[in-house]
Amino acid sequence: MALLELNNINHYFGGLQAVSNFNLNIDEGVLFGLIGPNGAGKTTIFNLVSGFYKPTEGEIRFNGKSIKGLKPHEVTSLGISRTFQNIRLWNSMTVLENLCISQHYRLGYGFIDSILYTGKYIEREKNVIKSAREFLEILEMKEYENEYPKNLPYGLQRRLEIGRALTIKPKILLLDEPAAGMASGDIEQLIQLVKWIRGKFKLTIWLIEHQMKVVMALCEKIDVLDFGEIIAEGTPSEIRKNPRVIKAYLGEEVTVHA
Amino acid sequence: MTLEMFFQHFLNALQWGSFYALIALGYTLVYGVLLLINFAHGDIFMVGAYIAFFIASFLLGSYSLQLPFVLDGNTIFVITVIITMVVTSCVGVTIERVAYRPLRKKGAGRLYVVITALMCGLVLENGNLALLGASRKSFPELIEKSIYTIGGITFTNVKILVIVTTILVFILLETIVRKTKLGMAMRAISYDSVAVLLMGIPLDVVIVFTFILGSSMAALAGVLFVTAYPVLEPYMGAMVGWKAFIAAVVGGIGEIRGAFVGGFILGFIEIYVAAVFPSTLRDLIAFAILLLLLSLKPTGIFGIARAQKI
Amino acid sequence: MKRYLSTILYGLLSIIFVAGARFGLINAYEQIVIMFIGINIILCSSLNLINGYMGEFSCGHAGFMAVGAYVTSILNIWFFTSSPVFGGPLFSPGSAIFLFPITLIAGGAAAALAGMLVAIPSVRTRGDYLAIITLAVNYIVKSSIENIQVIGGARGFMGMGKVVDSMTSVINLPWVMIWIFFFTAVCIWILNHFVNSTYGKGVIAVRDDEIAAEIMSVNTNRMKMVAFTLSSGLAGIAGGLFAHVLGYINPGSFTIMKSTEIMVMVYLGGMGSLSGSVLSAVSFTLLMEILRPLQVYKWVLIPLLLIILMLYRPEGIMGNRELTDVFPKLRRYFPSREL
Repeated sequence: MALLELNNINHYFGGLQAVSNFNLNIDEGVLFGLIGPNGAGKTTIFNLVSGFYKPTEGEIRFNGKSIKGLKPHEVTSLGISRTFQNIRLWNSMTVLENLCISQHYRLGYGFIDSILYTGKYIEREKNVIKSAREFLEILEMKEYENEYPKNLPYGLQRRLEIGRALTIKPKILLLDEPAAGMASGDIEQLIQLVKWIRGKFKLTIWLIEHQMKVVMALCEKIDVLDFGEIIAEGTPSEIRKNPRVIKAYLGEEVTVHA
Repeated sequence: MTLEMFFQHFLNALQWGSFYALIALGYTLVYGVLLLINFAHGDIFMVGAYIAFFIASFLLGSYSLQLPFVLDGNTIFVITVIITMVVTSCVGVTIERVAYRPLRKKGAGRLYVVITALMCGLVLENGNLALLGASRKSFPELIEKSIYTIGGITFTNVKILVIVTTILVFILLETIVRKTKLGMAMRAISYDSVAVLLMGIPLDVVIVFTFILGSSMAALAGVLFVTAYPVLEPYMGAMVGWKAFIAAVVGGIGEIRGAFVGGFILGFIEIYVAAVFPSTLRDLIAFAILLLLLSLKPTGIFGIARAQKI
Repeated sequence: MKRYLSTILYGLLSIIFVAGARFGLINAYEQIVIMFIGINIILCSSLNLINGYMGEFSCGHAGFMAVGAYVTSILNIWFFTSSPVFGGPLFSPGSAIFLFPITLIAGGAAAALAGMLVAIPSVRTRGDYLAIITLAVNYIVKSSIENIQVIGGARGFMGMGKVVDSMTSVINLPWVMIWIFFFTAVCIWILNHFVNSTYGKGVIAVRDDEIAAEIMSVNTNRMKMVAFTLSSGLAGIAGGLFAHVLGYINPGSFTIMKSTEIMVMVYLGGMGSLSGSVLSAVSFTLLMEILRPLQVYKWVLIPLLLIILMLYRPEGIMGNRELTDVFPKLRRYFPSREL
């Protein structure tokens, strides 16, 4: 059984079909890549999986259970975490706080505990902060604990966002164009980071990316999406040779970067 | 309710709704361009009514400084409308220039601008109260009222004037926004104010134009209102303003059609509720219905939910 | 010990004012001003949770205040006095001395319930629509009260003075002032703990980026409900206290104008700053009293001052920082929250 299954997904925005008859199985432990030109519907699929949109038709299963129609925070608490194409950190709060709030679903205390300052509250809150600090260490960002995200360089913001997604303790991590807007040095670091966290947390990772360099370096299996449909599937070397993919990418980008 | 009564109220509701529609327009135009709830707008309406009062009184020769010739009522009405619209626009633009624009240039949060707008409204209201006192003023009768009765329904020429003017204004504005360059720029700004700047559209000019349109329509509403109900007091704009704002939202804020439809809906609800129930229940029922409408369609009648992008 | 200096100072201050009022060192007018400061602190800081921390735009706070004011007043009149509407007292009038906080909390609970009812539709709507909903609710509350003749309708509801008298006849102390000091402290305590807990910071996450909050496992709808319920509940308690300071309330005390006043205090102090709210409630209340001789001109001058303030310091007195962020040395005088 695959970890994440998408069966016959169709999604419409008004009259526009954004995703058509999309099928996908992601097995546990895979580093899977979904590529495709701009506007192909990649982010829409992420939004469907994370519960931000409800698919017009079709079924989404995670660990065998349907997650269609769940609220995003419910989907996340099941173990599906993600990052965003445009970095979405909480900028009025410190780096540490950013890593604490994403543990919201497993705080284990409620409103009453928080205002009465109960023993349970203190204990759980300590755990939350401890866990956040551990992630800071993993991210090698300890010195930025009390910094505000907007003051960090772009590469570190990306890293923090991935870290925040990890604090969910996900089974599968969805990375939405993690290399967008990055300098090539940063990209190298990013590739290392993704490889490293995968090994460290035994994660299944699903990646959307534009930069062929990243996809080819990381992914074991790649699907190519165009106009909401899968046009090719295979290993990086197969994809590289596929004529339909080359055509979709105007025949250049793939060969140049690969 | 007899059929005659029904049509009588229908006509009243059209007139009452016209005022709301004209004021709601100012909220919608400014919101469409700046995403700003211009809470001073109700008071711009009040200012318009007072300006009209002073101009009409002057033209009628009520002050020591007088015109060398005598004008008839209809001419005075037309001149009053025009001058009032011009002067009130100046007030609206001044507020934008002095209070809103500096904040915008500083990139202050939208909510801060809204508070400033509220404060501007208070300054206008209480400034008026302080300068002119709490006593009510009565607007001179410029247009000789004639009453017609057709099939048991009575109406005055003023009522017809109000309704027809509002419909004309609607057509005019729809044309401006859809057909003229400035109108298209207004719509473009509401979609993406950054891109609009890059396209070489002068943002400030468009914003000033928006305020001119909105304020002059509020002024027009002010003149028409005091012609129909000739009593002026400093707080006349506050309540009407809040209600017109709600009407604009119910219609779908940012949409000209929405402002008109919302205004008329509110007019109809208020008139018919007052006709059936005790008038003290008017606000209660009117707001309850509006809330219901909003919870059924949170974006308002013509409003389109803007898709959030991730 | 040092850590509790702020708490001890507040306690001392309360005792000084209460004693001053008891022994006639502070005249009735000054007492009312002091009590209004407390009430305004509650109103301002509770609205700050919605408009500041959560970044939504609620402009009907006075409506919830009205609910609390009326519920508490009606309960008190019903329980502790003989009135033409409710008949004789249900409990002995003297028992008001310890039941008063309970009726206050009941008023707060009623307001909280009202707030929750408002929050349900507003969870679906976004941003500016909450402004309309709260605005309409403010009108609906005011208009409903005006139409219920049993509680005085538009004329107002009175008799709370008798309740206060029956408390002072048991033990001669300025009870309303004592409870204002107490509930002001409780309000600040609750809000402070809430917005500093990881749970409560979910509210700030909603303001910063609601989509990210929802996808990073924050139940944003629940956060909004909690924040709204808490905020309106506190406003209800402030309303109950307000009714007993004046001994008389009418729907005209809870108009949009009152809501505007509270909003002004929030923005003056800084959105998302509790110490800012306290500072601004104190200074605004005092400013209003100082400018009282100006009469009508007061309401021209105050908005003008605010417009000018907005131009030069649009983020208010404190912005979103706390006093302890600006003067870190102060931290040692406040109870520790290090974890």
